[in-house]
Amino acid sequence: MALINVKGVSLGYEGKSIVSDLNFIVEKGDYLCIVGENGSGKSTLMKTLLGQKKVLSGKIEFSDGLKQNEIGYLPQQTEVQKDFPASVKEVVLSGFLNSCGLRPFYSKQQKTRAYEIMEKLGITDLSKKCYRELSGGQQQRVLLARALCASKKMLVLDEPVAGLDPVVTKNLYRLISDINQSGITVIMVSHDIHAAIEFASHILHIGNKPLFFGTKEDYKNSDGCHCFICDGGHDHD
Amino acid sequence: MIETLTTYFSYPFVRYALIAGVLISLCAALLGVSLVLKRYSMIGDGLSHVAFGALAIATVMNLAPMTVALPVTVIAAIILLGINSSAKIKGDAAIAMISVGALAIGYLLLNIFSASSNVSGDVCTTLFGSTSILTLSKTDVILCIVLTVIVLLVYIFFYHRIFTVTFDENFASATGTNTKAYNTLIAVVTAIVIVLAMNLVGALLISALVIFPALSAMRLFKSFFSVIISSAVTAVICAVTGIFIAILYGTPVGSTIVAADIAAFIICFVAGKLTKRS
Repeated sequence: MALINVKGVSLGYEGKSIVSDLNFIVEKGDYLCIVGENGSGKSTLMKTLLGQKKVLSGKIEFSDGLKQNEIGYLPQQTEVQKDFPASVKEVVLSGFLNSCGLRPFYSKQQKTRAYEIMEKLGITDLSKKCYRELSGGQQQRVLLARALCASKKMLVLDEPVAGLDPVVTKNLYRLISDINQSGITVIMVSHDIHAAIEFASHILHIGNKPLFFGTKEDYKNSDGCHCFICDGGHDHD
Repeated sequence: MIETLTTYFSYPFVRYALIAGVLISLCAALLGVSLVLKRYSMIGDGLSHVAFGALAIATVMNLAPMTVALPVTVIAAIILLGINSSAKIKGDAAIAMISVGALAIGYLLLNIFSASSNVSGDVCTTLFGSTSILTLSKTDVILCIVLTVIVLLVYIFFYHRIFTVTFDENFASATGTNTKAYNTLIAVVTAIVIVLAMNLVGALLISALVIFPALSAMRLFKSFFSVIISSAVTAVICAVTGIFIAILYGTPVGSTIVAADIAAFIICFVAGKLTKRS
């Protein structure tokens, strides 16, 4: 049984559709990369998966006991966070809020679990540091840790490497890959098609027609892939 | 000096002023941290003007001031804090618009319909709260205490939620937190504190009570928890100092408290620079 089943979904704003007739499934343990140009509807799709937007038509089914608030999310950084006084520990722990119910404070177990996650991501020694004073790569690790606190099942990552240098980018991708290998389903929105091909198991290419959904092996042999990679390549040259 | 103070504190109204001043400053400082971080520093100013306008209407219509000011300000707060995401008019413009509009209408109404012979004197009192804190009754003080307890309980109970929603609203709503409800909660509590604080420092100086302690604390501390605590402590110290100075030297209470807050900010700013914390 698929974790998420998207059937004939149309997305858009105020009745104007950006993407239509979207069909794909996400199985447990998949690493799905959603690629496409700016304005192709990647973010809209992500917001819809996170329950922040409604579909125009079609249906998204969640199953295997995945509730909507059990998705861990790594959003893009906001303006507010740049001068926000918060320790790393406070930020990471805030990921547990959705599992607190009516309890006003975090439990001992949650604190231990947060510590384990921080250890796994190599940020234990930062725990008392101020979030805004960390480097970009460290900040992303902290937000990743927070996302892992929010979910043991699935992570949604929104352009996780935006603004990071190549070495840090590579490390972060490797970390995400490790997380995926430990059994957590990953959905990543990105326009870095090369990384998508290297790390993802499935690729959803939206924007230009025809839409593509399939494994990365199939994608490499498809037409959409070739022109997108070439386009991207020219941009970089 | 101490003798003078003991003499003054034998009067109940001075004690009331001290209690109310400290409590209101404390509430304003707690809320101030989230408001400053959410980029809503001007909301105190905006809402206090709305409250002023509402008070003017109440005066003109011969209604009890609080029964008009409180609901009107609460509604304005919900509109202003809820407006940012989808509205055509952005947050700061909306605040500016409502704030100036309410101030103008309030003054206009007072001028046209006022029964009092000294309109500008009345307006000055409402805006700068020159003496009203010294005219608080026992009921006012009890009301202050009750509201402070409520604000403190709300803050303690929802502390982690307030942090999460303030730090990253997007993450909070994506992982199943009802961010709208918490924004509304903050708006309502802010409105209540502001209407209350009008008695103390007057409409114009409320902003200062809201933002200064938070900004001072942020110069020196780096975790949310320490900022909240030190903001509250700074606010209480400044309120006490301000009231003492006002009593001893006969200065207006509200402005003196704010002057103490400004002094505290400068000290924290310099200390932050010296210790390279900011």
